[in-house]
Amino acid sequence: MSAPTIDHTLDEILNLAASHFKVSREKLTPDDDFFKTLGIDSLQALDLLTRLEHHFRIELPDYELQGVSDFRTLAGRIQARL
Amino acid sequence: MNDFKGQTLSWKIVNGAIELALHRDPCNEIGSLTLDELEKFAEALPCLANEARALIIHSTQKAGFSAGADLRELFQRGQQVDRSAALRGVREFLERIHAVMNTIDAAPLTTIAAVHGVTFGGGFELALVCDIIVADRMARFCFPELRLGLIPGFGGIPRLKRDLGNAVVRDLLLTGRSFNVMKAQQIGLVSQIAAEGEALRVARATASQVGKFDKRTAAAAKAFVKPIPYEELKREIDIFCDLYSRPAVEEGLRRFVENEGVQPYLP
Repeated sequence: MSAPTIDHTLDEILNLAASHFKVSREKLTPDDDFFKTLGIDSLQALDLLTRLEHHFRIELPDYELQGVSDFRTLAGRIQARL
Repeated sequence: MNDFKGQTLSWKIVNGAIELALHRDPCNEIGSLTLDELEKFAEALPCLANEARALIIHSTQKAGFSAGADLRELFQRGQQVDRSAALRGVREFLERIHAVMNTIDAAPLTTIAAVHGVTFGGGFELALVCDIIVADRMARFCFPELRLGLIPGFGGIPRLKRDLGNAVVRDLLLTGRSFNVMKAQQIGLVSQIAAEGEALRVARATASQVGKFDKRTAAAAKAFVKPIPYEELKREIDIFCDLYSRPAVEEGLRRFVENEGVQPYLP
């Protein structure tokens, strides 16, 4: 089975974030700063990371998220682990 | 004292199990007040153990089991006195909390940590003293101390070494990364995974099961398979204090305490 495309991964991240943090999916765009758009702090970001790890069945060390704050870069980090 | 309700924690006996609930805002940071109340618990434990078959430690805080040591208090106390007095205070704190941890570790009843969310640093170390860790699907574990120029100081390294392979310990300690419950189960740290919000229920079911067996036999089995690494625990305090005395640690603590950004818990 081939790996999903980066666009597909990005779409799944946006869907999951919108659903969990109860934000309209239409309001989220790939280049948003997710801390600001979702209104989350670092503990909630770790919660999001855990949900993404479970969803994609990957392990993504949090140091790979250092300095990452937009969905597109996050999708790239996840894609590299699929 | 079968029931206690303090400012940071409470305990009571429910269906033959002691339930120790952590409830300090925001995420059960372990400072001097929590230590005082943990010491009360350790003092009461021999009597409680006569009345119960198991101990469950859990948190009522939404964010998680515990974010670890109260770094704000550690930093602020260090600012109020000279370095040698600060160092003496840190050593005294560590010796006191080690005594509590060792008492729970050696308790003659089965101990269960029911963890969820953030289980970091000293909170992780508190879970590690328990015989069984039941983890919520959303639990996350971490030893972030190296980010501050320190090592875990509440007995974490010797207990992690006791329970896991050394290569895994090195990875977790030297990267300071957090890891999820699937990884925790894969490396042998977590024995049972509960659905989101169900860790306490699963821990209660486990406590009920262990309560079916002869208490003295269970205590003998526990003592046989779970040695307490007293010498390494003492060395950990020495290493922690040696590292703490460096100016780099004060700066690391200051950065954490004064960080008003959204990422203080990210590396």
